[in-house]
Amino acid sequence: MKFLRLFFIIFLIVSPNQIKADDENLKNKITKNLRCLICQGQSVYDSDSEFANSLKIVINKKLNEGLSEQDIYDYFEDKYGEWILYDPLFNKNTYFLWILPLFMFLIGGLIIFKKLIKKYK
Amino acid sequence: MKMKNKFFLLSIIATFIFIFVIFYKGLQDTNIYTPLVKINNDIPSFSAELLHSNETIDSLDLFESNKYYLLNIWSSWCVPCREEHPILMNLTKDKNISVLGLNYKDTKVNAKKFLDELGNPYEKIIFDKHGVKSIEWGAFGVPESFLIHNNKVVEKYIGPLNQEIIKKIKLLIK
Repeated sequence: MKFLRLFFIIFLIVSPNQIKADDENLKNKITKNLRCLICQGQSVYDSDSEFANSLKIVINKKLNEGLSEQDIYDYFEDKYGEWILYDPLFNKNTYFLWILPLFMFLIGGLIIFKKLIKKYK
Repeated sequence: MKMKNKFFLLSIIATFIFIFVIFYKGLQDTNIYTPLVKINNDIPSFSAELLHSNETIDSLDLFESNKYYLLNIWSSWCVPCREEHPILMNLTKDKNISVLGLNYKDTKVNAKKFLDELGNPYEKIIFDKHGVKSIEWGAFGVPESFLIHNNKVVEKYIGPLNQEIIKKIKLLIK
């Protein structure tokens, strides 16, 4: 009986269902990070358009071929340009976009810091 | 007015001007986003089934270098494809270019019916049942056409072809 219980636990741990669930999570993550190019404001994950459905098939295929998440993003960026990625890359067109919040945060911090110093003086 | 207050006022005005300029520029931009048309890419390599012969071929075998090709993505259910079809039929008269087809998310029966009705301008047709091959080309719908020369995509036309585009193509392939 003990042996059976142990066997059952081991089976649950290494069961292919878990692996399949991980695959599905990764697939969802990738499709959420890709923009559906023909439906505005929707990710591939949200969309049920012909284009998005084809993309989902390709992502499945690429994952089965053993490509990593980044490889898949690179593949689609090569085909469609950076616009398909929801996460804009850091380059000369987007550095302002990336740096601005940091800059605002620093200025805000500076103001608070100055006020605090004044208060304690 | 104190120096400090003056600076504060100036910085607020500067911020508002900055925001105004950004938004004013944004007003002139169209809010319909079309992805950048990527050209001068190498043609993709994949194996695909042909519509008429059931044989599987390598995409690279379809194209000879030093020759112009127009790859047209079409489907029997696509209304604009029906409209551009006579233009494609006309283009086949030009000996400097070969027209190839990529049948997108269609059934073989419907595709063949469409060609029987309107004529077949294509030398060969790739059958893309799941829309996967057109993703290899960086396409996102039907109709879409690619001008190919020396195994590179020279131009890409999104939407149905018209006489103006054909004029441009004819100038390029002269």
